[in-house]
Amino acid sequence: MNDELYDIGDPVVDGKVPAGPIEDRWTTRKFEAKQINPANKRKKKIIIIGTGLAGGSAGATLGEAGYHVQQFCFQDSPRRAHSIAAQGGINAAKNYRNDGDSVYRLFYETVKGGDFRSRESNVYRLADISRNIIDQCVAQGVPFAREYGGLLDNRSFGGTQVSRTFYARGQTGQQLLLGAYQALMRQVEMGNVELFPRHEMLDLIMEDGRARGVVVRNLINGEVKNYTADAVVLASGGYGNVYFLSTNAMGSNVTASWRAHRHGALFANPCYTQIHPTCIPVSGDHQSKLTLMSESLRNDGRVWVPKKGGDDRRPADIPEDERDYYLERIYPSFGNLVPRDIASRAAKNVCDEGRGVGPGGLGVYLDFADAIGRLGRDKVEAKYGNLFEMYERITGENPYDTPMRIYPAVHYTMGGLWVDYDLESTVPGLFVIGEANFSDHGANRLGASALMQGLADGYFVLPATINDYIARNALPPVADTAIAEAEERVNGRIDKLLSIDGDRSVDSFHRELGHIMWEYCGMERTEEGLRKALELIPALREEFWTRVKVTGKGEELNQQLEKAGRVADFLELGELMVIDALHRSESCGGHFRAESQDDEGEAKRDDDAFGYVAAWGWQGEGARPVLRKETLNFEYVKPTQRSYK
Amino acid sequence: MKLTLRVWRQSGPRDKGGMVEYKLDDISPDASFLEMLDVLNEKLIADGGEPVAFDHDCREGICGMCSLVINGTPHGPERNTTTCQLHMRKFRDGEVIDVEPWRAKAFPVVKDLVVDRSAFDRIIQSGGYITAPTGTAPEAHAAPVPKPDADAAFEAAECIGCGACVAACPNGSAALFLGAKITHLGLMPQGQPERWDRAVSMLDTHDGEGFGGCTNTGECTVACPKGIGLDVIGRLNGDYLKASAGGKKK
Repeated sequence: MNDELYDIGDPVVDGKVPAGPIEDRWTTRKFEAKQINPANKRKKKIIIIGTGLAGGSAGATLGEAGYHVQQFCFQDSPRRAHSIAAQGGINAAKNYRNDGDSVYRLFYETVKGGDFRSRESNVYRLADISRNIIDQCVAQGVPFAREYGGLLDNRSFGGTQVSRTFYARGQTGQQLLLGAYQALMRQVEMGNVELFPRHEMLDLIMEDGRARGVVVRNLINGEVKNYTADAVVLASGGYGNVYFLSTNAMGSNVTASWRAHRHGALFANPCYTQIHPTCIPVSGDHQSKLTLMSESLRNDGRVWVPKKGGDDRRPADIPEDERDYYLERIYPSFGNLVPRDIASRAAKNVCDEGRGVGPGGLGVYLDFADAIGRLGRDKVEAKYGNLFEMYERITGENPYDTPMRIYPAVHYTMGGLWVDYDLESTVPGLFVIGEANFSDHGANRLGASALMQGLADGYFVLPATINDYIARNALPPVADTAIAEAEERVNGRIDKLLSIDGDRSVDSFHRELGHIMWEYCGMERTEEGLRKALELIPALREEFWTRVKVTGKGEELNQQLEKAGRVADFLELGELMVIDALHRSESCGGHFRAESQDDEGEAKRDDDAFGYVAAWGWQGEGARPVLRKETLNFEYVKPTQRSYK
Repeated sequence: MKLTLRVWRQSGPRDKGGMVEYKLDDISPDASFLEMLDVLNEKLIADGGEPVAFDHDCREGICGMCSLVINGTPHGPERNTTTCQLHMRKFRDGEVIDVEPWRAKAFPVVKDLVVDRSAFDRIIQSGGYITAPTGTAPEAHAAPVPKPDADAAFEAAECIGCGACVAACPNGSAALFLGAKITHLGLMPQGQPERWDRAVSMLDTHDGEGFGGCTNTGECTVACPKGIGLDVIGRLNGDYLKASAGGKKK
């Protein structure tokens, strides 16, 4: 065992999931939730951090419900939240294609796709609400793709055999976010939502063990200020940027979640990282981020590598019988549409065999020649034109003439702050929604499910549960001492970062951390590698706090200072991710432990030993984390080995 | 590649600001323009200087946060491309490159290359939405939208709110930004009830924020990284006129 790495704490008792048949639980919960009369809602204040699909939709809905909302984002406008970059689509069990889809099927596939590491009740609710989301977005004027009859079009997506994905070309996230943003802007105009762009949350204000507000830094002038409220909502996204290179926006960070973690919010399944199979390969040391090519490309593109290693002929010169369409070969029933974890690892395997293509051999072909032959170039252009253009801009290669090169990259983090059925964390009064929480995707997220979860949480779930917390708790004004303590923590940390005045840039630490994480806690993890990472990360962290150079002052726009604070948190989170990955000596979803695979190299789960959520508690700086388990019970979808063959 | 950069440096809104020259060698042609600036900043930090502040986030061409006037053109020389998607292979070895912030009265400079674009949010606040309360929406298939309308609405809705149109316009007008939203919402059946009020109130806010009037010079559409066409301005003007003439104005 790894007793030297962590303590074992009390199990987490899953709160607030009502009993009864799974299809009735959400109705029951909504009915039992205490209401607040509209005249009183105006006097209740809610703080929301983040303005993406989850935060934006929550702000719009809570503002409309009559609460006084104060909403913060680090970008210059809420419309720039990273949800805007989601390309492919949003799932909903509408069964418009009459292909046998249903709420139950979406629920079933999501639980299975997550490798039986998510909570059934939450996933069922998500699948059920998915239908309302489409109605809501259409009513807002989101321009989804339509058929000639004027009805909504659908497509299929990785990991599923039905067409349930609604889309707006390759920019679905953008259109959904603009819908939420516009609804939010309407509430701003009506005075229900106060908006604070270019503000970053740096700490929680805690009183009597409850979250009662936040301390934020105004990124324009550096002013540190406090805001108090009846409840705080984190909608601050995922932490994939711990890897430095990822598909996340450059500003995406873990700071809001990590500050909350240090105040007692459990961090669940931190090691669950989704590696997305269709990204543009790295081109050089200057690289700052990786660009995703929408998974929808796998509907028509065929993935292959040369059959023999070291074959450096141009792809057009490699005849059909010397190509290995390995996904179609290994997984005949799903072919190129296998889920992300399967596709990513298969790409890694063929590259490890020396059959990768492009610079450094870290790439596989995604070939549209068949689709262009079958559908004609025009149809392919209509479907994927903007993605092809983007690819050409970045690589300088024309994908109509030569296959794209793709390679897996860090994309989404399924882990996050632990929440109960009400989306409340283990810190009372602190709610966590969207990618920032851990709840619905288990160990792997199906394509087009992230947008669904963000909007379900923000438009429908949180607004139906947060009132219960506010109604049941008498929340007096916050004492000055609690506020002062939080501000002191923030100011002390800023002063410390600025005073080190070392000789290494913030970015150089971030890159080094990212390299360690990718190497040892990336697509494939081994006990040996993870232990190595546990030597490297604390040493790097120590070096950071003695050698980092943060230029400029605190009282100004200072992008180095912003980054330094975030990297400091990534350095702590990275260690927890590694400990989590080390303790979970099974393979599941995005977490592949080399020691746990079957004879054919497929991930081997161990439900008896690891059928739980790993929720980690903070026990102080330099102290070991404490592991608290939430046992997962499967009443409806019996765990089976996933097979896509 | 070897490059000479002339970058606008301005420590704050009240500082006068000016161009400062930097030399770079060994830039990869595969680097994006922003990655080239990252390299410059690492060099400045190593030399004990102040890195250049610039706005950026997704680096995928969609969030609209990156800006920069490059050699006099917003988002640089390549058509339909944001600064983050512009790659150094589009420049010549040894080239001198001017880098400046968006210039417009309604977009005050915050620092170096960073400007304040919050006026765009205020324009949207004044009517750039469809009123659709959560949880009570009709079934999505209840209102079919003809495919050509849905496609045209989508194309207008592609606007990323970057502000290049304003930076390119000799009048500092945001008519393209405004027209894109008016067109997106005005083409769909859901957007009809508020259509006239929307045109009037958004245009009033636009003028109040200090954006200039549109004189159809067309620079905006040339600079637009998403290729939004001038036709959206026609639609804006049409809706505004009809709203005013038809007594539909608030």
